[in-house]
Amino acid sequence: MTSELIGLTAAQLAARLTAGEVSAREAVDAHLDRIVATDGVVADGDLWPAEPADQRSDDQIHAFLQVRAEAARAHADDIDRRRAAGQKLGPLAGVPLALKDVITMRGAPTTCGSKMLEGWVPPYDATVTELLHDADVVVLGKTNMDEFAMGSSTENSAYGDTRNPWDLDRVPGGSSGGSAAAVAALQAPLSIGTDTGGSIRQPAALTGLVGAKPTYGTVSRRGLVAFASSLDQAGPFARTVEDAAMLQTVIQHHDPRDSTSVSESPPDLLATLRDGVEGLRIGVVTELQGEGYEPGVAETFQAALARYESLGAEIVEVSLPHAPYGLPAYYLIAPSECSSNLARFDGVRYGQRVDAATAEEMNAATRSAGFGPEVKRRIMIGTHALSSGYFDAYYLQASKVRTLIARDFAAAFEQADVLVSPTSPSVAFGLGTKTADPIAMYLNDVATVPASLAGNPALSLPAGLAAAPDAPDSALPVGLQIMAPLLRDDLMYRAAWAFEQDLGFTPMPAGARAVEVAQ
Amino acid sequence: MSLSPDEVRHVARLARLALSDDEVADLAPQLSEILGYAEQVGEVAADEVPPTVHPFALKDVTRPDEPRPSLRREDILAGAPAVEQDRFAVPRIVAEEG
Repeated sequence: MTSELIGLTAAQLAARLTAGEVSAREAVDAHLDRIVATDGVVADGDLWPAEPADQRSDDQIHAFLQVRAEAARAHADDIDRRRAAGQKLGPLAGVPLALKDVITMRGAPTTCGSKMLEGWVPPYDATVTELLHDADVVVLGKTNMDEFAMGSSTENSAYGDTRNPWDLDRVPGGSSGGSAAAVAALQAPLSIGTDTGGSIRQPAALTGLVGAKPTYGTVSRRGLVAFASSLDQAGPFARTVEDAAMLQTVIQHHDPRDSTSVSESPPDLLATLRDGVEGLRIGVVTELQGEGYEPGVAETFQAALARYESLGAEIVEVSLPHAPYGLPAYYLIAPSECSSNLARFDGVRYGQRVDAATAEEMNAATRSAGFGPEVKRRIMIGTHALSSGYFDAYYLQASKVRTLIARDFAAAFEQADVLVSPTSPSVAFGLGTKTADPIAMYLNDVATVPASLAGNPALSLPAGLAAAPDAPDSALPVGLQIMAPLLRDDLMYRAAWAFEQDLGFTPMPAGARAVEVAQ
Repeated sequence: MSLSPDEVRHVARLARLALSDDEVADLAPQLSEILGYAEQVGEVAADEVPPTVHPFALKDVTRPDEPRPSLRREDILAGAPAVEQDRFAVPRIVAEEG
């Protein structure tokens, strides 16, 4: 029974819940059991912590930082009572979900993967958390991430790494690696991540999932601990396109409490999901392929284009001439905004403090002890880029390049309905193989950053399996990125669904030690 | 652009980071390399191009100025490292007169 429930998609589970064949409590317990068996949590008391980083076993996933077991069970029981009483519940009511630890939930510790916020318990729910609660989606716990969402491998967490369920010696991508690994390892059918330059799409690609960055501004950032405010956007992870569309539908909502929230929403994501791609113009971006992409990724991408052609889509070549400047612009804009946003961690209002004689010394001692190396690097880059004499050449120039990239997208969408590229230049790479070289790590974002800068919606879905260059016999997921015009998230889901149905990908890692499932 | 150890210390002071000598030694070449990479944006002719900070160019967003419930003071102070008399407590900021 247990293994059957955890293998269901959110849509399948929701149908059984609605039909009364399964209770929300059974669904939650099945996933909690799965977490106990595969993740490495201390299953004791109401709030289960992750095993301490220095005592962890290597054959577990380590997706969760905390599991709110008792609260999740109580929520499930409440849903079951209300359903039994005949109340009308939302389409995902009773479906379990994992929440990235960068989004606040009242009463649940929020660390952002940082020592800086160790022990901090937020006094309010993020808007995303409120919307999940209103929809009666059951939050199982908070997931691991690169510290303050800065990274592409989840190795920058102060609480230890998260393993890729497809190969426990490889990274799950990042920064939302915990949210991705939890869904890939069948610990939850759904999760929420955040994407600033690719932090949902790249881990989705590396773990064989669907992961979407909605149009910037359509999901509220209130309660999402800010990294780069003009880029940060929360979005769904799921094992199917339909599940991701259902979850995005729940969380996209205009929020007057977020001044960057837009009042428009995309058309109904589910209404046109099954309309197919006959006659759809799919633009292949010249600049987002070729040198720097692994051969296995390139081959899988070419096969994906052939598949789209066989489905009746029209493949056209398009250019985003300024896309090669996307990554350099991103690595000025994101650190600049990070240096400003993270100034709030000053040892006064929340989190840790290291005492010192004066306020300035206390600020500096606290921040030096609380932040890890990558966060310090980005604060330093951003502080320099914004400092007197450098602003025009760095932040301002990068923001102008951003305009040119947005114009490139607008022009490309005159010729194509959606754009495609590989999501990531590589399949999942080995733990520790890129941590010593910041630029090598940053290059993970080369294909995802352009849509982030332009604000366009983009998702990644599985395109097949390929071998890693360092392991010729391996078979690891490759992601296909689909980008759509602003507020046309519906088009990317429609294009993704048709591909998914034809490919028949099974997003269930087999063989990995910790994640065997009784079939 | 290449950053010297002294420049790294200057930026660290601006950023309120107390870096060890080892950290400064590591960061000087790393920051120089990252900035060198990022400086590619200077190759783009963009003098006449306006900057983008939001894809929808929202400006001066306001909401109706109506009173509404806010968080309780004790809930906010509960997360602070040091509290005195219902306020955040900090070390001395202004030096005493000499």
